Amino acid sequence: MSFILKRTKSDYVVDFFIYAALTLFALATIFPLYYVVVMSITPIAEVLRNGGFVIWPNELTWDAYKYIFESDRIPKALWVTIRVTVIGTFLNLLVTMFLAYPLSKKFLPGRNVVLVGIVFTMLFSGGLIPLYLVVRATGLLNSIWALIIPGLVSAFNMLIMKTYFENLPGEIEEAAKVDGCGDLATMFRIVLPLSMPIIATLGLFYGVGHWNAYFGGIMYMTDKDLMPIQVVLRNMIVTPSVSNELNINAMEIQQLPPETIKMATVVVAIIPILLVYPFLQKYFVKGMLLGSIKG
Amino acid sequence: MKTENVIAAGRAERSGIKEKLQQIAKTLVRYRWFYLMMLPGVLYYIIYHYIPMGGLLIAFKKYSLIKGIWGSEWAGLDNFRTVFSSPDFPVLIRNTLIISVYRILFNMLPDVLLALILNEIRVQWFKRFVQTVTYGPYFLSWIIVYGLVFSFLAPDSGLISSWWRDHTGETLNLLTDKNWFRPILIITDIWKSTGYGAIIYLAALATINHELYEAAVVDGAGRWRQLWHITLPGIREVFVLLLILRIGHILDAGFEQVYIFLNARVYEVGDIIDTWVFRRGIENLDFSIAAAVGFFKSVIGFVLVISANRIAKKLGGSGIW
Repeated sequence: MSFILKRTKSDYVVDFFIYAALTLFALATIFPLYYVVVMSITPIAEVLRNGGFVIWPNELTWDAYKYIFESDRIPKALWVTIRVTVIGTFLNLLVTMFLAYPLSKKFLPGRNVVLVGIVFTMLFSGGLIPLYLVVRATGLLNSIWALIIPGLVSAFNMLIMKTYFENLPGEIEEAAKVDGCGDLATMFRIVLPLSMPIIATLGLFYGVGHWNAYFGGIMYMTDKDLMPIQVVLRNMIVTPSVSNELNINAMEIQQLPPETIKMATVVVAIIPILLVYPFLQKYFVKGMLLGSIKG
Repeated sequence: MKTENVIAAGRAERSGIKEKLQQIAKTLVRYRWFYLMMLPGVLYYIIYHYIPMGGLLIAFKKYSLIKGIWGSEWAGLDNFRTVFSSPDFPVLIRNTLIISVYRILFNMLPDVLLALILNEIRVQWFKRFVQTVTYGPYFLSWIIVYGLVFSFLAPDSGLISSWWRDHTGETLNLLTDKNWFRPILIITDIWKSTGYGAIIYLAALATINHELYEAAVVDGAGRWRQLWHITLPGIREVFVLLLILRIGHILDAGFEQVYIFLNARVYEVGDIIDTWVFRRGIENLDFSIAAAVGFFKSVIGFVLVISANRIAKKLGGSGIW
């Protein structure tokens, strides 16, 4: 922050532009989100009367949401995504921690081999096609495990966690050992409770990742009932009429324009992110800065 | 004599091996919990990272799903020849590089700009508010962003398109317009990631010693001189490091976003290496050709990242590892 002893006129002008620019940017960020929410709850007649845009609807309608949740496809897709997010995040954290904790022990023989092996995967990969063939060969196609197992550990997250463990005071662990705690018990009883901040951070990283995941769905799934919400949403957006995608009777949604339904689905996909956003905010910044510290 | 020596040596060697084995066994037993803990993760890396690397072999084969990797015939460099002589290839490389360079220019500069502007704000609640709002979109998926873009640009119902139709009588379809594909990518990327990108610069700015500013004021430096001589040098190292990293990843032009925004009418300007590999491999089941392109990209990418890191270190930065 620059220092100004006495503000001159030009300083005030600069300040004005700074505040104005930031306000505009913040508005530009919020507006599209606000717009889809409003579009999803305003009756189409009112939208058309006002030339395609309403700032504040006079009348509200929840019809689009009712249709979405009564449809066949969306609740199924949400259920797939919720399962993947919950099970996936749990396994992500477990396996990441099981790697990070031993790797944080400098005395462990073989540690460097494993570490180099993991870091190397950040630099070189077999790419899409061989991975697809392996997922296929391991029998995961068309099961929700295809959305979980291929991304079980993120090397980046693992390194962040390892750094965190390395910075924990070693004395507590040693005291636990003296008291007769084995390695496993030490990790679960001593290290785990001390590591809640990093577990929350990485849990959010992984969880948001699962909720937003798209490619797993289009690569590994052919069964429409196993498509995650993002895939269904994308298919809905690009098809002119939504009735096919949603698998509901076209007659039923005649009064409801497809755009309203599309917008409502976008909102449904945003809501969970919005709900965890306060936590994300709290931990993400910290997590990101932690990540920029070398492992 | 001699034979005795040999026998003795053999015995010593055998006992040496035995000792070594014993030592290994001892280590394994002693740290068994650590090794057991690592097992699932290590297996994961072997199966889903190292086996696929080996699977790049199919780039040198005429792979068919029925025959499997070992059953398929060798193709030598045929797949690579097919790829390099295909008319698609130069287009893919060009699109990938152009989109990447656009991203470097038009994403890094707004990040810096936002950080610099936020840094000038004295009213803390306003600063916090703007930050909270602007890094929100980073957590939304590209599908959602595409949904938002669609709500503005859909030819018949989008906000901007219908405004355009009402005022000019023409239909506006920017989503399938070749001239607009790349700008839309970049603008939405700015919308999505600038707030997040500014965080790292703000962190660097926070570490600048305040006495520097005070001293500068005493020496009569105004706002702009402080910016030029203190603030900008304060983030130079971070900027250069991120720039080099980005250049190292220049062949990754943002697969997810591009794939989601892409449609057949804009292939000419928007099809990048990754999207092509995906279409060719997963959609058309042309595994060997797709893997050959993937192999090409992985190798170049690897060399680029390694050299980028070297350069970062040479420039006095710390590098990434």
